[in-house]
Amino acid sequence: MTDQAYNFAYLDEQTKRMIRRAILKGVAIPGYQVPFASREMPMPYGWGTGGVQVSAACLTPSDTFKVIDQGADDTTNAVSIRKFFERTAQVATTEHTAEATVIQTRHRIPEAPLGEDQILVYQVPIPEPLRFLEPRETETRKMHSLEEYGLMHVKLYEDIARHGHIATSYAYPVKVEGRYVMDPSPIPKFDNPKLEMAAIQLFGAGREQRIYAIPPYTRVVSLDFEDHPFDPSKADHPCDLCGADHTYLDEVIVDDAGGRMFVCSDTDYCAGRQAAGHRGRLSEEDAA
Amino acid sequence: MTETMHSEVAHRADERAPAPLLSVRDIRKTYGSYVGCTDVSFDLYPGEVMGIVGESGSGKSTLLNCLAGHLAPDRGEVLFDTRAEGPRDTVTMSEPERRMLSRTDWAFVHQNPRDGLRMGVSAGGNVGERLMAVGARNYGAIRESATDWLGRVEIADTRIDDRPSAFSGGMQQRLQIARNLVTGPRLVFMDEPTGGLDVSVQARLLDLMRGLVREMGLSAIIVTHDLAVVRLLAHRLMVMKSGHVVEAGLTDQVLDDPQHAYTQLLVSSVLQV
Repeated sequence: MTDQAYNFAYLDEQTKRMIRRAILKGVAIPGYQVPFASREMPMPYGWGTGGVQVSAACLTPSDTFKVIDQGADDTTNAVSIRKFFERTAQVATTEHTAEATVIQTRHRIPEAPLGEDQILVYQVPIPEPLRFLEPRETETRKMHSLEEYGLMHVKLYEDIARHGHIATSYAYPVKVEGRYVMDPSPIPKFDNPKLEMAAIQLFGAGREQRIYAIPPYTRVVSLDFEDHPFDPSKADHPCDLCGADHTYLDEVIVDDAGGRMFVCSDTDYCAGRQAAGHRGRLSEEDAA
Repeated sequence: MTETMHSEVAHRADERAPAPLLSVRDIRKTYGSYVGCTDVSFDLYPGEVMGIVGESGSGKSTLLNCLAGHLAPDRGEVLFDTRAEGPRDTVTMSEPERRMLSRTDWAFVHQNPRDGLRMGVSAGGNVGERLMAVGARNYGAIRESATDWLGRVEIADTRIDDRPSAFSGGMQQRLQIARNLVTGPRLVFMDEPTGGLDVSVQARLLDLMRGLVREMGLSAIIVTHDLAVVRLLAHRLMVMKSGHVVEAGLTDQVLDDPQHAYTQLLVSSVLQV
């Protein structure tokens, strides 16, 4: 019965309107962090309160919703957010990337290319790319407004000085449409080239109360040095289940003797490939 | 010997009469009813080092911060001879332009190196920051000039990847100087650059700064309460008291023949060892 007491998609209409305004502003100024009056959500900060609010503002009754957490559809965070919108919005949900119209994601971009009719919503823990270099919010805002981004390269410099290469492997800073430097949320840098896509990308940070966006086909450049160019690296293995050598992989320890397997982090993509007959190193043993 | 050198430089500057690098007109800054500094005017010529001395609370740091754009003066003009457009009033200049100046043609050396350094970033990164801020994007080149500058301020190049927190006070101050001078500024503001250092380290730092100022042809404004510092570094001297300039002139002239009662007091207060 309490299910019926909620407005469509949990938030009241005035709140959704406020969030949509922030989203529109974000789309109009690609990469710019728009402050918004983030609400308390029935989940702890850090579990995707920002992403959930953006999804709630985007969903319509005819949408099909998908949630991924580190690429997987079946982890706690993904399952609970999917159930949340099943109950509060009664929208159709799916695990298939191609069928979804709104996809909320944490830490990954799906392997399958997204289309113009899709919206990708990111959960963002810390939206400010300069935060750990410059703790003052007043100063980082000024740096954004005056386009003073030298400090971002200091971080990359420190990486090379310490590790011999740019060791930042996730939340790799990007410059959007030649203007704003943006934190793409903690996606692996392997996903950075995919940020130039046909779908709208919306980023919601609940605790930090910021929304930003990348409109379709926007130029997104990963920062680097001339002599240390950006490298979207991944584990140097094929997937042990589907044999794909072009996907981002999770390393899974399988026994106490140092045995390990590499599997696609995008579970839907991996399952689709296996259904299409692709096999990896360990899949025959499973079948046998 | 130093005395003749100083007056010679000052004279040469006068003879050639080039445009002043910095021209300060009638600066006034108040904090409510309390006067920080008032009626300050002077010209600073290229290659000239100007000392500002006075007791604590005399308004010398207020003045320096007004000149460097950290504080907005209530009145007055600070005309800086920019490379591109000639003399511009930095008080009315837009903030992006002023910030651009402060990371290219200007440098600011803080009394406490912690204010001027990024303590969580390695020495090399600290020196390289200004280069990256003006668009350097080649790691090898940045690294090379960082190494070069650490050498020039006598920091061993093996320390390039150490954080400033692992450095002694004197090394931190030298690192701060390197970080400021790496983009080849024309005007350096120094706020008590030797404060808090022991005398032997002070002596080395002064020696280093004197070398750099002469070698790079820098102009500098040095705020200090230490008369020995201005005696060594400054060509000209301004003495401040209660927000006013009470005496100004060539350094040795002011120090050896003080006219104003406060300057006389100041000079006679120096302990002789």
